[in-house]
Amino acid sequence: MLRDITLGQYYQADSVIHRLDPRVKLGTTILFIISLFVFDGFWGYLVAALFLAVVIKLSKVPFKFMVRGMKSIVFLLSITVIFNLFLTPGEPIVHIWKLTITQEGLKLAILLSIRLGFLIIGSSVMTLTTTPNQLTDGLEKMLRPLNKMKVPVHEIAMMMSIALRFIPILMEETDKIMKAQLARCADFDSGNLIKKAKSLVPLLVPLFISAFRRANDLAMAMEARCYRGGDHRTKMKPLHYEKRDYIAYMIVIVYLVGGIAAGKLMPVLLGSMIL
Amino acid sequence: MPIILDKVSHIYGEDTAMAVRALDNISLVIPDGQFIGLIGHTGSGKSTLVQHLNGLMKATSGNIYFNGEDIDAEDFDKKKLRSKVGLVFQYPEHQLFETDVFADVCFGPKNLGLSKKEIELRAYEALKLVGLEDDYFYQSPFDLSGGQKRRVAIAGVLAMKPEVLILDEPTAGLDPKGRDEILDQISKLKRETGITVLLVSHSMDDVAKYVDRIIVMNKGSVMYDDVPKEVFRHYQELEEIGLAAPQVTYIMKDLRDRGYSVSDEITTIEEAREEIKSYFTRLVAVRKER
Amino acid sequence: MGIIKVKDLVYEYIRRDEEGNVEGITTAVDDVSLNINQGDFVAILGHNGSGKSTLAKHLNAILYPTEGTVWVDGKDTKDDEAVWDIRQTAGMVFQNPDNQIIGQIVEEDVGFGPENMGVPTKEIWERVEESLKAVGMYQFRKFSPNKLSGGQKQRVSIAGVIAMHPKCIVLDEPTAMLDPKGRKEVIRAVRALNDVEHITVILITHYMEEVIYADKVYVMDKGQITLQGTPREVFSEVERLKELRLDVPQVTLLAHELKKEGFPMPKGVLTNQEFVEAFARCIGEVG
Repeated sequence: MLRDITLGQYYQADSVIHRLDPRVKLGTTILFIISLFVFDGFWGYLVAALFLAVVIKLSKVPFKFMVRGMKSIVFLLSITVIFNLFLTPGEPIVHIWKLTITQEGLKLAILLSIRLGFLIIGSSVMTLTTTPNQLTDGLEKMLRPLNKMKVPVHEIAMMMSIALRFIPILMEETDKIMKAQLARCADFDSGNLIKKAKSLVPLLVPLFISAFRRANDLAMAMEARCYRGGDHRTKMKPLHYEKRDYIAYMIVIVYLVGGIAAGKLMPVLLGSMIL
Repeated sequence: MPIILDKVSHIYGEDTAMAVRALDNISLVIPDGQFIGLIGHTGSGKSTLVQHLNGLMKATSGNIYFNGEDIDAEDFDKKKLRSKVGLVFQYPEHQLFETDVFADVCFGPKNLGLSKKEIELRAYEALKLVGLEDDYFYQSPFDLSGGQKRRVAIAGVLAMKPEVLILDEPTAGLDPKGRDEILDQISKLKRETGITVLLVSHSMDDVAKYVDRIIVMNKGSVMYDDVPKEVFRHYQELEEIGLAAPQVTYIMKDLRDRGYSVSDEITTIEEAREEIKSYFTRLVAVRKER
Repeated sequence: MGIIKVKDLVYEYIRRDEEGNVEGITTAVDDVSLNINQGDFVAILGHNGSGKSTLAKHLNAILYPTEGTVWVDGKDTKDDEAVWDIRQTAGMVFQNPDNQIIGQIVEEDVGFGPENMGVPTKEIWERVEESLKAVGMYQFRKFSPNKLSGGQKQRVSIAGVIAMHPKCIVLDEPTAMLDPKGRKEVIRAVRALNDVEHITVILITHYMEEVIYADKVYVMDKGQITLQGTPREVFSEVERLKELRLDVPQVTLLAHELKKEGFPMPKGVLTNQEFVEAFARCIGEVG
């Protein structure tokens, strides 16, 4: 089910990673993702794996919890891997029926699964250790310069945070409506594509109506609590960098340099040792 | 057709650290034609229980039999079960989606693959059963009042001609008159069709007036299962689990505490009035003798 | 002048069909006047569609009168300049607990109002703490609202309003979607605000048990106030209330039924205690 996805969920714990400024975590995550595409070779990814392992350890989020959230993405991941495995031209290794696995394909598939796997784990470390509100606060502050270009940064951040708050509520609602229609013998599973799409009407119409009603209610409640956009607003939890945040930035830079260096130097070093 | 539950348990999130036992070894018989109140506070498992009765949820262990057949058997027709055991959810007006009332009520019978004539006949009968006037039939369901919407939603389930009708909190959010109207209508429907009705509620006052059997649930188990009088005798225990007997039951208890020998089996206002009248008659008779 | 004064209020809205043509005009509030004093606990009763929620939304400048005037703490709600002052003076709690919580953590939600008002960070924290303590939800401050029961969510909403330091709080059917336990929690919290903090409370409801403690009760029907008085005065009118699609507590009803049968029961019995006393007097008179 949809609710098994842990990506985007928050895991309450008291750790260094949790306490970091959300901007640091956002920035680091972006740098980490970039690093996955910049690093090459076994050694680079070993550094990335070590870095990730240390961060996960520090975050106090059980690894099991993270992996459970990945189950739903495994399917997507395996499709990409299979495509690359079979459809990359190059030196053939194995023939299975009409399909051929090539050396290049194998290499690409392994690389891709490592990249995607690390990417997903890396981003879920961020979402698991940062409340959605901190995340939107962080984004708002990071993107503030865009305000000068007439980008409604505050409004976008507010919309994101409201959306995140209502996702679980609307999921539950979907479940309820679905069950109510099932109780009226609705059939969501059988038939061809058109019939299936049609069978969603009894689910989607009530869901939209409910979403609009909620939006209307919420807008009223926000107005009643003096909400009038981002100006004049103060923050309950303002963001400011601490010493640990600067340290974190430094560590990330060291990691980037280290990873690139390892990828380039280790093969040479090892090669010279063997020679 | 009777429903029999044999040692039914349901565990949410089994095999995880957060496993919750929502139903714990429940055995019940729901015979034909009874009017039953299923009572329990939020989280007692009553909503989980009713979703088992029409196969929307599957028991983790134990068996449920409808008309002698195991509903979890491979070849059992779930669709047919759902048409026979009609379940009306809380705030059922949230399931309405068609452009007019009549079309919405047709949705259930249409899913059963009946003929057009039969579908419309059933929809018409169902709307009559819930007491909706003809004027509303071709209006958009979204233009109706809260109470009317709810009737339409109940009709949407009745149109499948169920033998058992389960209503989850049918009065939630209605005003006092709307609440009485819906409950009176359900009671009338019960008398006229002889259908089995299972009324899920947390309001003792509502239930006491109508039902002939009360099942009290607490922490996933059946705590009491008896006629209302017997169940309300345990008002202290009911209070401990966040429920209460009807207010009249307490009034009569307070009177007894003050030394007036009135009956302790009162659950409705009518009964209380009659009991107090007869108490006075008894009192006057005694005094005259002196 | 009281904290809230409503004079000759009329609110009309235009009904349109799907094409946007005018179908007719509905008068939701029809010539209502009332005066609420600082520190009062006022209940507004009425069946669904009686206009009570529409009236409530005028007290917070969410709706504006078609005719007549509403003053909140001396300020006219039609005055654009005063809107934010009015919304801060008269806080509002709505019916659906899910649709009014904005924050994803309890404390962040309670801080939302003060943030909007531009309260300094340090003071926001103080206000959040005291508000959550006032409704007994302080131990849940780090929780996600989705993990709370309906009654708890409503208490968080109330805290969110108190954190704005209002003089008056309007609750629009705050218990309609709750179970009996949740209803009790919310009413207890509201009564405490009135008793301890002396905040003016305007409670809109159709649950009769909830208005017993009010200083004054207004009953609405068809947009007008048809009955008003103390709870005892209002509950004396059992037949009239039934006509208005309302009912009375079982104890009041039983006393009323007995009175109809010729027992010398007083009008407007509100509690079991009162009933037993009245019953004892009846016995005395018989003997």
